[in-house]
Amino acid sequence: MSSVLAPLALIGALTMNVLAKLGRFVLFLLRSFSHIFRPPYYPKEFAISLLTIGWLSLPVVGLTAIFTGGALALQIYSGGARFNAEAVVPQIVAIGMVRELGPVLVGLMIAARVTSSIAAEIATMKVTEQIDALVTLSTNPMKYLVVPRLLAALITVPLLVGIGDIIGIAGGYAVGVQNLGFNPAAYLKNTADFLELRDIVSSLVKGGVFGVIAALMGCFYGMHSDRGAQGVGRATKGSVEAAAILILAANFVLTGLFFSV
Amino acid sequence: MIRLDNVHKTFGSNRVLRGLTLEIERGTSMVIIGGSGTGKSVALKCILGLVTPDSGTITVDGQQAGTGDRDAFLARFGMLFQGGALFDSLPVWQNVSFRHLRGSLKKPKEQAREIAIEKLRRVGLKASVADQLPAELSGGMQKRVGLARAIAADPEIIFFDEPTTGLDPIMAGVINDLIREIVVEMGATAMTITHDMSSVRAIADNVAMLHEGVIKWTGPVAQMDNSGDPYLEQFITGSAEGPIEAIR
Ligand SMILES: Nc1ncnc2c1ncn2[C@@H]1O[C@H](COP(=O)(O)OP(=O)(O)OP(=O)(O)O)[C@@H](O)[C@H]1O
Ligand SMILES: [Mg+2]
Repeated sequence: MSSVLAPLALIGALTMNVLAKLGRFVLFLLRSFSHIFRPPYYPKEFAISLLTIGWLSLPVVGLTAIFTGGALALQIYSGGARFNAEAVVPQIVAIGMVRELGPVLVGLMIAARVTSSIAAEIATMKVTEQIDALVTLSTNPMKYLVVPRLLAALITVPLLVGIGDIIGIAGGYAVGVQNLGFNPAAYLKNTADFLELRDIVSSLVKGGVFGVIAALMGCFYGMHSDRGAQGVGRATKGSVEAAAILILAANFVLTGLFFSV
Repeated sequence: MIRLDNVHKTFGSNRVLRGLTLEIERGTSMVIIGGSGTGKSVALKCILGLVTPDSGTITVDGQQAGTGDRDAFLARFGMLFQGGALFDSLPVWQNVSFRHLRGSLKKPKEQAREIAIEKLRRVGLKASVADQLPAELSGGMQKRVGLARAIAADPEIIFFDEPTTGLDPIMAGVINDLIREIVVEMGATAMTITHDMSSVRAIADNVAMLHEGVIKWTGPVAQMDNSGDPYLEQFITGSAEGPIEAIR
C-alpha cells in the first residue's frame, strides 16, 4: 500500500516545496518594494550599485550586442537570398535587435554577471553573520542591501538595453556596409523609418522588468542561503538559473502583451 | 534587567535550548560558560531577535524582546560576534564607526573617524590599521576590531561572544580589563561567552553554566569554586572524567 502511494507522496512533497518557495519569494518581493518607499535611504550604497550594475556592465553588453548584430545581418542576408529578399537586412536587424535580441541578451548577460555576484556577495555576508551584524547595528538589510541593488538595476538595465540595441544595429550596419554592399545612408534611413515607437518602448520596458528580476533573484537567493561554502555555491547557481528562466518567461509574456494585437 | 524564561529552540532535530531560564541584573557582568555546541551563541541571538525562539519569553527591562520599535530596542545593544562578522567591503574604521556614519546617530565623517580610532586604541590597535580592510588583518586583530565596533556607540547592554579566543595572553588581559572597565565605569550590562577560565574570573560578577539546553548552575563568581555541582567542577578543572561526556 505504502509503495503504491510513495510516488504520490513524493509529488505532494515536491509541490509543497515549490509552493513554499514561491510563497517566500512573493513575500520577499512585496517587502523589497515596500522598503523602496520607506526611509532611511543609503545613497552611497545606491551609487556603488549604479556603478557595478550599470557602468561596469557596459563592456559585456557592448561586445554581446555588436557580435549579435553583425551575425544577424549575415544570417538575414544569406537566408533572405533564398527568396530574393536580401534588401530587408536593415529592417530585420533593427526589429530583431530592438524587440527581441537586445533585451533578452542583455538580460541574460546581466543574470550571468550581476545576479551571480549579488547572490554570492549577500550569501557570503549571510554565512559569515554580516547580515546579523547589520541588524544589531540597527540597519535593515532589506534597505541597506536589497533596495539599492533593486533600484540600480531598475534604472540602469533599460539604459543598457537601449545602448545594446544601438550597438547591435551598429554591428549590423558595419557588416551590411562593409561586407554586403549596402549603401550607408540608405541603410540608416531604412532602419530609422522602419522602427516604431512601440518597438523602442517594449525594449526598454523589458529591460526594466529583466533588471528587477536579475537583482531580486540575486538578493533572494543570497538572503536565503544555507550555511557554509556549499550554501553560497548553491545560492549562486540557483539565483542565475532562476533569473535566466524568469527573464525568458517574462520576455514571452511581455512580447505577447506588446505585439499580439 | 534581562530575563529569559523557559526559552526553547530547536533546529531540525537538534534540540538546542530546552527551557533556558536566566536573569541578568542591570549594570552587572554575566559570564556564560558551557561546552562547545551547547547553544550559548544561540541564546545571545535569541535575545537580539536574530533567532526566534520556539517558545518562552525574553524581556529587557520589562519590555518583551521583538515587540515595539526594533531600532530603538537594538540601539541599546552592542554585539561582538564569535566570528567577528566584520563587513569585508568596508575599511576597519568604517566598520567600527558603522552606526556613526548613517542612521539616527550619524556624525560628521571626521568625528566618526576620530571615535573609531579612539575605540581601536582601547582594544590595543594602532591608528594605522584604520584604513586597512578586515581581510588584511590577523584573526586576533579582526576579533578586536569586532570588539571596537561593539562598543563604538557606547551601548547600555553589550554581548561579547568569545572576546579573548585567539588572542595572546597579554592582549587577552587587555580585553578582560576593558570589559570590566565598561561595566564598572560606564555602568553597562555585559553578557560574555568564554571558554577561558581566567577570563571568567577577571570579568564576571555572576556565572552561568549552560549544559544540555538548560542552566545547570548560576551564581556569583566567588561561589564558583565551591559550588558542589559536578558539572561545573568538571568544567573548571577541565577533566575528561565526570558527568559531561567528552564526545558531543
Ligand atoms: N542557524 C542555525 N541553523 C541550524 N543549526 C544551528 C544554527 N545556529 C546554531 N545551530 C546549532 O545549534 C547548536 C548550538 O550552537 P551555538 O553556536 O549556540 O553553540 P555554542 O554553545 O556557541 O558553541 P561554541 O562554544 O562552539 O561557540 C549547534 O549544534 C549548532 O549546530
Ligand atoms: Mg558560540
